[in-house]
Amino acid sequence: MTSFPASDLIVGGLFGLFVGTTVAGALLAVISARIVRSVCGLAMCCVGLAGLYYFLHSPFLALMEILIYVGAVCVTIVFAIMLAEPEETTERPQRGAGVLWGGGALLVSAVIFWGVSRLGVHAEWTAPAVRTTDGSVQAIGVALLTTYSLAFELISLVLLMAILGALAIARSGRTKP
Amino acid sequence: MTMSRLYEHPEIYLILAAFLLAVGVYGLIRRRTLIGMLIAGELIFSAASLNFLALNRFVAPDPAIGQIFVLFIMGLAAAEVAIALSIIIAVYRNYRSIKAKELSELNG
Repeated sequence: MTSFPASDLIVGGLFGLFVGTTVAGALLAVISARIVRSVCGLAMCCVGLAGLYYFLHSPFLALMEILIYVGAVCVTIVFAIMLAEPEETTERPQRGAGVLWGGGALLVSAVIFWGVSRLGVHAEWTAPAVRTTDGSVQAIGVALLTTYSLAFELISLVLLMAILGALAIARSGRTKP
Repeated sequence: MTMSRLYEHPEIYLILAAFLLAVGVYGLIRRRTLIGMLIAGELIFSAASLNFLALNRFVAPDPAIGQIFVLFIMGLAAAEVAIALSIIIAVYRNYRSIKAKELSELNG
């Protein structure tokens, strides 16, 4: 590829780092008892995913992942935590039903993981014979303004409605004593 | 597949997406508060996005389409988070709690 020494090793190490960040962040997001740590896990997971998107030849989406998820979604969730103060720290020790419930959840997720990854590994993924575009930012912009312009406008309408609806819902209880 | 070129194969991405989906479902079942469930739902969205981008990179003839679809997923996820968090705050105002077990007024 290039003549830079050990470039393959560096790229492989970066890939492993991003995969590890994603896995650790996802586990932290669902396992930790405190909800704030869980949000931090989500942010970690999204940073790792952004790196993986870079490996998948989508640098624009890597930027968008960090901008939208880490910058907007996680910060919004942190604000909601500050407003609603969930008290999960006073978790009582698990009883029989709780352990059973956790085992059932673990079983369901293990079955899903096994089945879906088996599907993905055993399927025949054939590379396309010809690529019509190169998938660059320019190609994305052209497609957004021509083929997908209606969907793009509808997404902006959905976002506007969501913001208005969120304001209307969150405002209704303000006059309560 | 050699170890040094692992990122050139779709399988690793698909397995990782399956892992994210499984972890998200686990959190969705296991969490007791609404915000925890919302975070698990975001993980499921991420799994779908990663799957889309992996197949977009390795299989699709037009690599722009998958990226546009993932952009739409991100927009919908942002809208969903805005709505869900405002509902959670409204619920907290009325119930002083966001535990899913205590929201049982409509329970028959």
